[in-house]
Amino acid sequence: MFWKLTLAIALGFILGAVALGFLPLLWLGFGQAFHIDDYLPRVVVFTLKQAFLSTLLSVAIALPVALALARRQFFGREALLRIFSVPLALPAIVAILGIVGVYGNSGPFGGLFSIYGLKGILLAHVFFNMPLAVRLMLTRLESIPAENFRLAAQLNFSAGQVFRFIEWPQLASALMGIASLIFLLCTASFAVVLILGGGPQATTLEVAIYQSLRLDFDPARASILALAQLVTCGLLVLVAGQFAREIQVVPPTLARTRRWDGKSRFSKILDGLLIALGIVIVVPPILSVILSGIGSIRPDGSLFWASATSLLIGLASASLSIALGWVLAETAARQPRTFLKSVITLACLASLIMPPAVLATGWFVTLSPLADMSRYAIFLVIILNALMALPFVWSPLYPAITDSVQRHDRLCSSLGLSGLARFKLIDLPVLRKPLGLAFLMAVIVSLGDLSAITLFGSDSLVTLPALIFRQMGNYRMNDAAGTALVLAAFCFALITIAQRWSQSHDHT
Amino acid sequence: MLKIFSTIIASVIFASLAQAKETLTIYTYESFVTEWGPGGKVKEAFEKTCDCSIEWVGLGDGVAVLNRLKLEGANTKADLVLGLDTSLTAEAIGTGLFGKHGVDKGLAKTPEAWADDYFMPYDYAHFAVIYDTEKMASPPKSLDELVNGDPAQKIVLEDPRSSTPGLGFLLWMKAVYGEGAAEQWKKLQPRILTITPGWSEAYGLFTKGEAPMVLSYTTSPAYHMVAENTPRYQAAAFSEGHYLQIEVAGLIEASPEKALAQKFLGFMMTPAFQDIIPTTNWMLPAGATDTALPEAFGKLVAPGKTLLFSPDEVFKNRRDWVDEWLNALSK
Repeated sequence: MFWKLTLAIALGFILGAVALGFLPLLWLGFGQAFHIDDYLPRVVVFTLKQAFLSTLLSVAIALPVALALARRQFFGREALLRIFSVPLALPAIVAILGIVGVYGNSGPFGGLFSIYGLKGILLAHVFFNMPLAVRLMLTRLESIPAENFRLAAQLNFSAGQVFRFIEWPQLASALMGIASLIFLLCTASFAVVLILGGGPQATTLEVAIYQSLRLDFDPARASILALAQLVTCGLLVLVAGQFAREIQVVPPTLARTRRWDGKSRFSKILDGLLIALGIVIVVPPILSVILSGIGSIRPDGSLFWASATSLLIGLASASLSIALGWVLAETAARQPRTFLKSVITLACLASLIMPPAVLATGWFVTLSPLADMSRYAIFLVIILNALMALPFVWSPLYPAITDSVQRHDRLCSSLGLSGLARFKLIDLPVLRKPLGLAFLMAVIVSLGDLSAITLFGSDSLVTLPALIFRQMGNYRMNDAAGTALVLAAFCFALITIAQRWSQSHDHT
Repeated sequence: MLKIFSTIIASVIFASLAQAKETLTIYTYESFVTEWGPGGKVKEAFEKTCDCSIEWVGLGDGVAVLNRLKLEGANTKADLVLGLDTSLTAEAIGTGLFGKHGVDKGLAKTPEAWADDYFMPYDYAHFAVIYDTEKMASPPKSLDELVNGDPAQKIVLEDPRSSTPGLGFLLWMKAVYGEGAAEQWKKLQPRILTITPGWSEAYGLFTKGEAPMVLSYTTSPAYHMVAENTPRYQAAAFSEGHYLQIEVAGLIEASPEKALAQKFLGFMMTPAFQDIIPTTNWMLPAGATDTALPEAFGKLVAPGKTLLFSPDEVFKNRRDWVDEWLNALSK
């Protein structure tokens, strides 16, 4: 009963927010003539092509890197994983300037290849998404019970057998989810595609929607394009869901994962190379952001206010996002493969399927006659950010909760354990890590968000990314580089705190 | 964080108290009201002249301001709109929201005589290709030289679909080449490093050293000379002339504060407003000034010929011209 009620509230909230965004736009465009030209198919094809290639590359690199990182313990591993979370927090323009600082014409690896065009788009998307995939895969790999590896060692499994019988089953259940998430992120990519695409031949649906909402102010066209995005992405998510493996039920364990495999010299060298590959992709652009920002931080009032505002909005939207994601995951985990489960999955990915610009315009049309929007800007930013963070919350939380539900539900009902007692004794210990990661990613996503804040922000509501953009818009490129460094440092500090928290509760 | 909450609460209370005083709500683009922009000083100067207060609402850029008006229609909170340019005014008048300004048009000091009954200009600048003198010894001397020049020396442009300078350059090409613009775009294509969504990204790539040229304004070198004390970045003077951007303000006809808005438009043309513009908005004043422009402004390129389509021409053709550009570069 409790879950049913909360499910209704959470689902109602999300679907209501989406409907409130999309329907007014459809309504505005209703009187006007819909027309589809040959531009639309071209845009759809390019959108899907770059998203498919970006996803393929990100996942194909992330998979061996994650396996290597799971096998190895080494000095600096924790720090490396923290760095792997930083790209998520960087607004596209900051990351692009970082990438340009490395591979651009004046960078140390300049001239290797032109970063303008499809290659540049793929490079940037891999920089953003490969480390994200690694983090998500690692949470799955690290939840494999130590007993499995001990058994594998006793049976003298080869590396291939370990992968096939132990690692793959655990990864497979989450892989489709991770790939769908990255695919949708790349589909919704806007600034990366425009800046590194080299010209209008690289136009995604998101860009076309923005154009028709902005320059042409053509709600009819915008709603057609949004519908095209909704149908394409929605279908892809549903199809991916069909291929997703059932979550594997593994016996509960509280022992620290130890690995007996990978002792051979060859395996050590290979893992070293793979980890180095991960470092080479992620670290240099971040280093370039640090180097260009290091002498340029302006510790003035606006930097302080922007930091505080970012933190406030980040924490608030992450809390909302966790609350929504948790309720939905708890319900979805108890559903057999049904329509409701698909609806829940789609709802969690709503902000990637429905462009924030569409949502914001629709909300504006609906709400502005009722209230002064500029006064409630902060709440709208928090809600939009929470929706945008939901896919990142969903991705670590859903597999973990499914796991816990399948393992513990019968036991708990036979013991009569429910409510808060069950949560404290059973769920929290196993959910602590994924929950921490989910919350962290949600904070980081809203820390780095520029779209909600530009859509609703007012001159009194300035977050760090908004400050970076303002400084750039006023010729202050160096100040902007300094602010970008503060944002990256902020994110790194948050991750450090979160890791300490999750470790201090380990095995107590 | 508590502080932010209390600031929010305080601002709500203040806003309701302030109703007693006359408040002029002005929609503008965001960079006008940032701490470096003219907004703060303009507010202070205007409030000295009346028992009133200005409430700025900063929204993205000029296009975002216009779209907000279209969404709000007659319900708009704006009394006055500041920050549209002449390629948007015909569309703005089409909303039926704007009233005639009633200010003496002779006060406007624009390159061509001012004739608009609905909008008054407050500043202007010509678009220009800015080049890096350390990387380019001989910059192009005409649009033709830019189009046909060495493809190894690249330019960063802005997207006309999402940026005002981007649209400005599209109009510039159209003004010079007319029917042949698409052809020339194709010739220019190998020289284009990339086309960014906005001015900030393009200028960021340019100052990062990615390309020796970027599309910006004739006034951009003034910033580097005044604020950074460097003559490194200069504008290239083009023999065909330069396309002009004039930024304007207009009042909302149905606003209860119409009289105050009219007063502001008059104030806008006086030195109290105009003296603030050059070193905060980095544009040239379009009205009377008291203080001389900073020395750096004297060193700027002064275009021999000004190119400008009428607002109606832009309004009628913009969509076709953008489509033409899309087709020229997409294939």
